[in-house]
Amino acid sequence: MRALLMRTCLADHVAPGVAEAAKRVLERQGVEVTVPRAQTCCGQPGWTAGHPDQARQVARQALRAFAGADPVVVPSGSCAAMVTHAYHELFAGRPEEAAARDLAGRTFELTQFLRQNDLAPGPAHDAPASVTYHDSCHMLRLLGERDSPREIIAGAGVELREMADTDVCCGFGGAFSVTFPEVSGALGEQKARSAADTGAKELVACDLSCLMHIVGRGRRVGVPLRARHIADLLDG
Amino acid sequence: MTIPVTYDDGPPLRARTQEAVADDQLRANLRSTAASWTAGREKMRAEFGFDEMRDRAREIRRDNIRRLPELLDRLEERVRANGGVVYRAADRDAATRYVLDLARARGARLVAKSKSMATEEIKLNEALEEAGLRVVETDLGEWILQLAGQRPSHIIAPAVHLNRTQVAELFRAESGEDLPDDREALVAYARRRLREDFAAADIGVSGVNLGVADTGTLCVMENEGNARLVTALPRIHVAVMGAERVVADWDEAAHILQLLPMAAIGDDASTYVNLVTGPRRDGETDGPEELHLVILDGGRTALRGTEFEEALHCIRCGACLYSCPMWRTVGGQAYGSPYSGPIGAVITPLLEGTSSPRGSELPFLSSLCGACHEACPVGIPLHDLLVRIRGAVSTPVHRRERRGARIWAAAWRRPLVYRAGVRLTRLGLRVLGRDGWITKLPGPAGRWTSQRDLPTRWPPTP
Repeated sequence: MRALLMRTCLADHVAPGVAEAAKRVLERQGVEVTVPRAQTCCGQPGWTAGHPDQARQVARQALRAFAGADPVVVPSGSCAAMVTHAYHELFAGRPEEAAARDLAGRTFELTQFLRQNDLAPGPAHDAPASVTYHDSCHMLRLLGERDSPREIIAGAGVELREMADTDVCCGFGGAFSVTFPEVSGALGEQKARSAADTGAKELVACDLSCLMHIVGRGRRVGVPLRARHIADLLDG
Repeated sequence: MTIPVTYDDGPPLRARTQEAVADDQLRANLRSTAASWTAGREKMRAEFGFDEMRDRAREIRRDNIRRLPELLDRLEERVRANGGVVYRAADRDAATRYVLDLARARGARLVAKSKSMATEEIKLNEALEEAGLRVVETDLGEWILQLAGQRPSHIIAPAVHLNRTQVAELFRAESGEDLPDDREALVAYARRRLREDFAAADIGVSGVNLGVADTGTLCVMENEGNARLVTALPRIHVAVMGAERVVADWDEAAHILQLLPMAAIGDDASTYVNLVTGPRRDGETDGPEELHLVILDGGRTALRGTEFEEALHCIRCGACLYSCPMWRTVGGQAYGSPYSGPIGAVITPLLEGTSSPRGSELPFLSSLCGACHEACPVGIPLHDLLVRIRGAVSTPVHRRERRGARIWAAAWRRPLVYRAGVRLTRLGLRVLGRDGWITKLPGPAGRWTSQRDLPTRWPPTP
């Protein structure tokens, strides 16, 4: 089986290890992974901030980078949802519409891809005994993925301790986090406390963006958390 | 006279949200009520097949809005045939003026109102009071707000941001009596006070949840019995209805009337459903002598056939408000619009334009988490509408941001430039990081570190 890996711009900039971990996880499951050099970003930052024309220019590069017939795997529910949920609207009535719809049909979030192909990676050598899982919003509501990450966590033999209000937004929200930082911070604090209250060793999510916000806010308000991306939970 | 219909005064939206976030009492009040409603709704969802009901409601509303001109004509014709008067108000001013002129022509002095978002939208109270009439809100929550001089914070529970102690303080100040912080005593006081006004009112003003085109019936839902009195006791009943609130027949009406309270608070029926089919007829002993239906367009019909049409499907249940993490955090009043929460962030700019302060700011008060869409009983993709509206905003602030977005796009559509930026960012993080964290960033990035630390190593060390 072959797959193209979308690294995501956030991992590129602040946590390249997450994309590399996702690649190794897939490869250990026998997937032949290609990481297209021409990729940049899915365009979501521009799209959700209300700049569709600019988002389209960036997304066009994603269409080029991920051309072909292979499935595209993304270690982010939000980036995957951008492609599967918004590309048809972004390119509606344009020459690239068919290509956008085609890409949307073969784009999968990491745990979603693993489950759909019956791949069950084990835990990382340094995996904690217990984790709590944050349902990132686009993962949960746009991809409809509540189960895949939980099954993957269980499959790796890691205990999952559910936190209160796990399906409530952490307050990150892209540009929202800096447009209304106080509201965003209040929600992040609630989320950090809910995670800490589980007593789980670490906080896990399928989206790096939420994690950075939650642990960063937690540290600021005196709720230190250990956190890792789900790819890091399965890496080795 | 031109009635001011917007209240864009006051500090910018971010300042209002800062104030709300700092108000611990407010957040505690919002959290407790929102949590109990959510629990109620989840129970209903399981017991009554909410999802199937939503799918049918979505079909009904889509059809209603597609056939809107025809349904409105039929509603108007039937209301007239029932003996009512119908006025189609093109905008908010026209609607307000009609009610004001009517009140003057009839020599009215006291107006009793039941809860109505449309009258909030047209700022009817202010206009009537300015003209020297006394206006009494008879919905308990609205009356509390009238005493407090505040605007509603929720579509169906306007005073949800206040707790019992705060209400008791208001009532004590109003009455001069030593009322206890006791629910029953407070309600008893409100009832006693409001009964006097029901009897004396010249005009009763209500909203309309649904107009049924087939029979010309106006449905007014409520839980306190005050709307029944408002629509029945005074000599004149004025019903103000948003132009989108029409259904074709009773099959459709029955479905929506059941679904609305389910979505709103997790009940399968509201305590009262008032059905007004014309004024008092010959031989009847009660009911108003005159019925006036004011159908408010105010920018609604212009949305038909656009990418925003689904906003007209809304049945104003308020479910998206209390499902919204932002609304739960700041409350409805911070929005500065009669309509708050996700639907408020959508219809405020759609009805008023995206150039006013609130029309241009509200669409951004959302993380696009989609909880509103999940809660919506007619399945409006509010998060998608918000993205579209953001794209339509063109104030100087957003034009400046768009210039930034152009630079972003020019760089990020080129892999080489993009990768150079990535290397630069990583270098910057290494240089600025102390023990794996950055606690203060310069410039606009400082908005990130105003609330959070930024990890420079991943996974982060706590």
